[in-house]
Amino acid sequence: MGRLRTIGRRTFLIGSTAVLGGVAFGTFMAARPHANPLTAGLAEGEAAFNPFVKLTSDGITLIVPHADIGQGVQSSQAALIAEELDIEVEQATLSFGEPSPAYYNTAFAEEGVPFMSFDDSTVAETMRDVAGGVLKLIAIQGTGGSTSMPDQYEKLRMAGAVGRETIKAAASARTGVPVDQLKTANAAVELPDGSAIAYTDLAAEAAKIAPVTKVALRDPADWKKVGKPMMRTDTYAKSTGTQDFGIDIAMEGMVHASVRVNPRKGGPMNSFDATVAEAMRGVKAIVPVKNGVAVVADNTWRAIEAVNAIEVDWGPAPYPAEMDGHWEEVAASFTAERLDQEWRAEGDVDAAFDGAEVIAVENRAPYVAHQPLEPLNATVLVTDDGVTVWSGHQMPRFVQQQVAGIAGVEADQVTFINQFSGGSFGHRLEFEHIKQATEVAVTMPGTPVKLTYSREEDFVQDFPRQIAMSRAQGVVANGQVQALSLDIASPSVMNSQMGRIGQSVPGPDMQIVAGAWNMPYDIPDLRVRGYRVPEIGPISSWRSVGASHAGFFAENTLDELIRAAGADPMEERLRLVNHPVHRTVLETVAEMSDWGTDLGPSRGRGLALVESFGVPAAEVIDVTMTDGGIKIDRVYVAADVGRVIDPVNFENQVQGGVIWALGHAINSEITYADGMAEQTNYHAAQGMRIYQTPEIIVRGLQNAAKIRGIGEPPVPPAAAALASAIFDLTGERLREMPFNKFVDFV
Amino acid sequence: MRLLVNGEEREVNVEDDMPLLWVLRDELGLKGTKYGCGIAQCGACTVHMDGVAVRSCQVAAASAAGADVVTIEGLGSPDALHAVQEAWVEHQVAQCGYCQSGQIMQAASLLETNPKPTDDDIDIVMGGNLCRCGTYPRIRAAVKTAATKLQEA
Repeated sequence: MGRLRTIGRRTFLIGSTAVLGGVAFGTFMAARPHANPLTAGLAEGEAAFNPFVKLTSDGITLIVPHADIGQGVQSSQAALIAEELDIEVEQATLSFGEPSPAYYNTAFAEEGVPFMSFDDSTVAETMRDVAGGVLKLIAIQGTGGSTSMPDQYEKLRMAGAVGRETIKAAASARTGVPVDQLKTANAAVELPDGSAIAYTDLAAEAAKIAPVTKVALRDPADWKKVGKPMMRTDTYAKSTGTQDFGIDIAMEGMVHASVRVNPRKGGPMNSFDATVAEAMRGVKAIVPVKNGVAVVADNTWRAIEAVNAIEVDWGPAPYPAEMDGHWEEVAASFTAERLDQEWRAEGDVDAAFDGAEVIAVENRAPYVAHQPLEPLNATVLVTDDGVTVWSGHQMPRFVQQQVAGIAGVEADQVTFINQFSGGSFGHRLEFEHIKQATEVAVTMPGTPVKLTYSREEDFVQDFPRQIAMSRAQGVVANGQVQALSLDIASPSVMNSQMGRIGQSVPGPDMQIVAGAWNMPYDIPDLRVRGYRVPEIGPISSWRSVGASHAGFFAENTLDELIRAAGADPMEERLRLVNHPVHRTVLETVAEMSDWGTDLGPSRGRGLALVESFGVPAAEVIDVTMTDGGIKIDRVYVAADVGRVIDPVNFENQVQGGVIWALGHAINSEITYADGMAEQTNYHAAQGMRIYQTPEIIVRGLQNAAKIRGIGEPPVPPAAAALASAIFDLTGERLREMPFNKFVDFV
Repeated sequence: MRLLVNGEEREVNVEDDMPLLWVLRDELGLKGTKYGCGIAQCGACTVHMDGVAVRSCQVAAASAAGADVVTIEGLGSPDALHAVQEAWVEHQVAQCGYCQSGQIMQAASLLETNPKPTDDDIDIVMGGNLCRCGTYPRIRAAVKTAATKLQEA
């Protein structure tokens, strides 16, 4: 087990080293199940068939461990179990469950091995299996990377099926009716005589028999819920103000805290003077924390007012104080020493460039903040027995580790109760707020401490999306794209993020080139290289991660070449596309948008296709020039996820992803001056507002071989499709986000 | 001071300048009203004062005294949702849902003063309410459905 732990500490995403490690362990280790966390709490007569389904005489509980950060996976997970368990979702209590190795997520493996998503060769599939086995061994419980549905699609249906068949076995034992004559529906077993026994009535008997695990999953044609429009489980609560989020936690004796840490992120606090704050109404304590200071008060507003009244002398930033220094570091990274990996090499680009007229272009993507609308918060209670934490988070077991380290307890003494999150977009993969709340709570054992960031603190402490730059060269001839060399430089977001919790990520970082290296085109001479910029400022995963910059670079560059060749953006992509699933996505969006029609004067139309997280997503964007600036009229989206779980939520996620991408591409960035983010609230980084929102027409396709998630894939093509449309409208190619530095929008 | 919230007289002992938002949330336990930005940029804290939508983060407690304050908890009841809430459920507007109390309060106020809003009316009046998840297409549709419901009522 010693070597196993070594891998656990050192590895998160599966670099080549970890895959080799996985081979060394063999798949036999990965095949062994983790202990069922529900078993420990069972009373006499209660059954837990697996880590996801619990049955007692009082009711059914479904564990849906992937965090709900607004993407609706509580509903989708519950539906997958309910489909096979033969219950209505409303008949069960839903819980995010406790952190446990049993809730490992193997779907990260798909993004962790360097094979095209549609490569189903033995080598590719074996490496994915091995990587998945490693992920199961180290038992990463995480939500992100659009992995919830790929991870849970079979697992949860199987959990439901095992539950159903075990309950039927119990019913058969009681009644003497053979199992094959029993039916199930509506959380009850139906007997041939027309009578029914509620599942709950069978709990005690089901608890006594071993779970029936030899079951087959139903044919999708027989599904009653999955794939059909669903009512999300949280819709009613979220329409009546009754959905509690982490920020709404309240309990007897709880105090309210707020914090300020060095806005030069990671820099020290030299000194502070809390004389004024101490005397303010409601203030109970001033507590220094790492690189900053917190105020504990009897009300959130009083805590925020008081912490803002503290005079602080902040130390310098551990990164360039001004933005120029950041860009200089990125620009200086296109060197042999900083080559992270050559990811794609087809034909011979150097030969193609020799003597040809080479088009050279540079693209840039800025730092961008996450800023979900619910500010970061955490409630922490320290007692003699351990620590309890209430917060919304995407990595529950790492929360336990981080809190344990500060509180001086073992990780299994930390109880983490996950909360609904008011958005995340990657923000709730970070730990600083929970660590700070713990630092405060350990000074007042027995008292629950709710720490809430002010919006300003949230902005200045946000570890933003990575900055990145691409340098490309291309050759066009005879109306076609002949050659493309695309070099992309960015700091490693994985390294920055995992480094903060003491994990190193071996091997090259595929996120530097995600959405670019795997562009689904056969260009005769094609090369894609990633360059690793040494960490500048701290950065973190932002909805669609690497593809948010690299997908933009790839498609904006290709579009520039296509237009330079005088080719039609759709026709040329259809000529180059190299896989039937991706071709159908393009053809679908062409049909949806009636591509090729004359739009009339003052109109422009653009297109982009990016594959991210295994999902090809194509978007056509129409724009109009108005007196008030460019108006985005319509966006047509086609994306293939293999299987759409809930068409309603699918559409909402796609529309939201497009709006997320376009809003930030238009008007949002984080810039540093004197080491501090200059944008401190939404007025300076608006994102999209309703009056800028286009009509967004969505079609989900189901041709791909594997099921995928839809949270992130709509994001990467949007900025490139908009740049393409603006070029069509104005003849000006925008190569840097945010675009409002160069053009006006309505 | 005494506040009238959702038809109930409530006694609170707070500073005159404590924003109504925090009186509602931390003193009265009405958590449906959300803190998003504190500077009237997001609309998550929207409530009604004497029937008009206001950003409760910008309303000092003292100036709310004597006014008829209605929060999301007072807009409808579980048995009888407000037409806007019914429309929000039908269209499944919410993703994370954090902004939706404010969106719903703003929409209800819009329809109070403008029962048949045009697309532009909706965009202008709802323009101060930020939704980071991007539920705007559904908000537009739900406001129209709510308008129809109120017309028929």
